[in-house]
Amino acid sequence: MDKVIRVVGLTKQFELHQLNKKITACYDINFSLEEGQFLGITGKSGSGKSTILRCIYRTYLTRTGQIWYKSGAYGLIDLAQASERQIIHLRQKEVGYVSQFLNVMPRITARELVELAVLEMGYDLNYAKKEAIQMLAHFELDKELWDMYPNTFSGGEKLRLNIARAMVKKTRLLLLDEPTASLDNESKKRVKEVLEKLKAQGTTMLGIFHDLEFMEGICDKQFNMQAGKLVA
Amino acid sequence: MSNPEEPVLVVKNLRKQFGSGCTNCLDLKEESLEGNYCPVCQTVYACRDISLELYPGEILGVVGESGSGKSTLMRCLYFDEAVTAGQGYIKDYKDGQKNIFTETSQQKRYIRNHVLGMVYQNPYQGLRMGFSSIGNIAEKLIAAGNRNVGYMTDRAAGLLEKVNIPIYRMLEAPGKFSGGMQQRVQIAKALSNNPPILFLDEVTTGLDLSVQAAVLDLIKIIQRELAISMLVVSHDLSVIRMLSERTIVMLGGKIIEQGLTDQILEDPQHPYTQQLVQSLL
Ligand SMILES: Nc1ncnc2c1ncn2[C@@H]1O[C@H](COP(=O)(O)OP(=O)(O)OP(=O)(O)O)[C@@H](O)[C@H]1O
Ligand SMILES: Nc1ncnc2c1ncn2[C@@H]1O[C@H](COP(=O)(O)OP(=O)(O)OP(=O)(O)O)[C@@H](O)[C@H]1O
Ligand SMILES: [Mg+2]
Ligand SMILES: [Mg+2]
Ligand SMILES: [Zn+2]
Repeated sequence: MDKVIRVVGLTKQFELHQLNKKITACYDINFSLEEGQFLGITGKSGSGKSTILRCIYRTYLTRTGQIWYKSGAYGLIDLAQASERQIIHLRQKEVGYVSQFLNVMPRITARELVELAVLEMGYDLNYAKKEAIQMLAHFELDKELWDMYPNTFSGGEKLRLNIARAMVKKTRLLLLDEPTASLDNESKKRVKEVLEKLKAQGTTMLGIFHDLEFMEGICDKQFNMQAGKLVA
Repeated sequence: MSNPEEPVLVVKNLRKQFGSGCTNCLDLKEESLEGNYCPVCQTVYACRDISLELYPGEILGVVGESGSGKSTLMRCLYFDEAVTAGQGYIKDYKDGQKNIFTETSQQKRYIRNHVLGMVYQNPYQGLRMGFSSIGNIAEKLIAAGNRNVGYMTDRAAGLLEKVNIPIYRMLEAPGKFSGGMQQRVQIAKALSNNPPILFLDEVTTGLDLSVQAAVLDLIKIIQRELAISMLVVSHDLSVIRMLSERTIVMLGGKIIEQGLTDQILEDPQHPYTQQLVQSLL
């Protein structure tokens, strides 16, 4: 089977000029995933888990190693080397990222936010509206909040909105950086339902989760990070 | 497989110097200059071989400290200043085949009036404070060849409404407006000829936070609805973070770093950018 993503010798070092310090956040990471596979990553705080996802998403620059991704638009492409415009395109259409933090324009309503995510995929407004409503309802975001600005939402409401926005796109590749860390159990179950659905539809996922139970049944591979290195 | 995108604006090695240069600074070597300045002949190299590409519908951010050359870059691109050297190509002008900097002044005026819009750091540069707001916009429309007064009034009113200038104030001169309102009139004026490219120089600097937010919203709405490509200059990283997906960092007239905006913020490479980001957090 074709690999959707293949990471080869990924090493990430931060050079902090003011402190005259170098930090190696992850070292010689290698793995690959096929379509629809789910890789769970665990490890202690500071072990380099987020760094891997952020290198794939290109929030961090990779100077050593390759991140081969089988793109719909560009074919096989090294995300470490791709142009910025290519990355922007992939972020719109193919690669999603969910973290614990909602980072959005302050004055855009919850409903618009989710609609925009669908529109970015190239769908029309009617479809976007329909999908947005479904997702907001699925994550049980109170209807009264749909047309409000998220900056007044509670932490959990923001989180659920954030997840809805990322998952509504049904991207080929989805990166999950502890999206459920501070959610209640009911919300976690809802997230898991969507993940199962996405997986069945062929979305390839890399997820960092604190609680292993949560990943049971979806995880095809599991890696543990220790001091910047992957150990199986 | 998707086609490679074509930029709407390509700038290659844009240089702007104030002063004639001397044998010390001729080759622009780092060791012969103090920042952008030649201590021997006092020449200022405000833009040192700037190259960039602006893509359809994108907002490209330009950040850098005071004096780094941001406004000079914009003024060169809008022909307010003549470049010392370099090339510029615009897709909507002669199919991007002609270097705009070597065109005649008449052709440059054409480009300015039909293809470009500019919002100046200082509203006094962009507006005639004695004219009415409608008159300011009409001036730009006339420059672009419009003669129909009815159309121009409608268009001006429509644009001013879009930027939230109340109808009953449209005949007032912007000299009486607040800073935020003046910037919004400038934006309306810049949009009047439907330019594919818009330059925005420190549009929110000096405005109250709530007014800043309204102007930033407006820019985002313009991007979404009109798909105009914009070059947005600011010394304020939080403005850039809100608006742009890609960012260029300037220091002493040079581009020292460029990348995706989140990458510039989360994983800055250059010591100066690291310092800039630190000061934001
Ligand atoms: N942008 C950055 N600049 C400098 N150092 C960084 C940066 N991001 C991460 N690091 C460092 O890299 C190491 C790994 O960080 P990372 O965020 O990948 O850990 P993590 O496993 O995700 O931890 P946690 O479970 O706490 O989220 C840490 O020592 C961290 O300080
Ligand atoms: N007409 C001029 N004659 C001589 N030097 C000039 C002239 N215009 C600008 N400069 C110099 O060029 C350099 C760049 O100035 P510029 O206005 O482009 O900076 P900027 O990045 O826009 O700064 P700010 O954030 O303060 O607006 C500065 O050193 C400035 O003193
Ligand atoms: Mg982490
Ligand atoms: Mg300036
Ligand atoms: Zn000199």
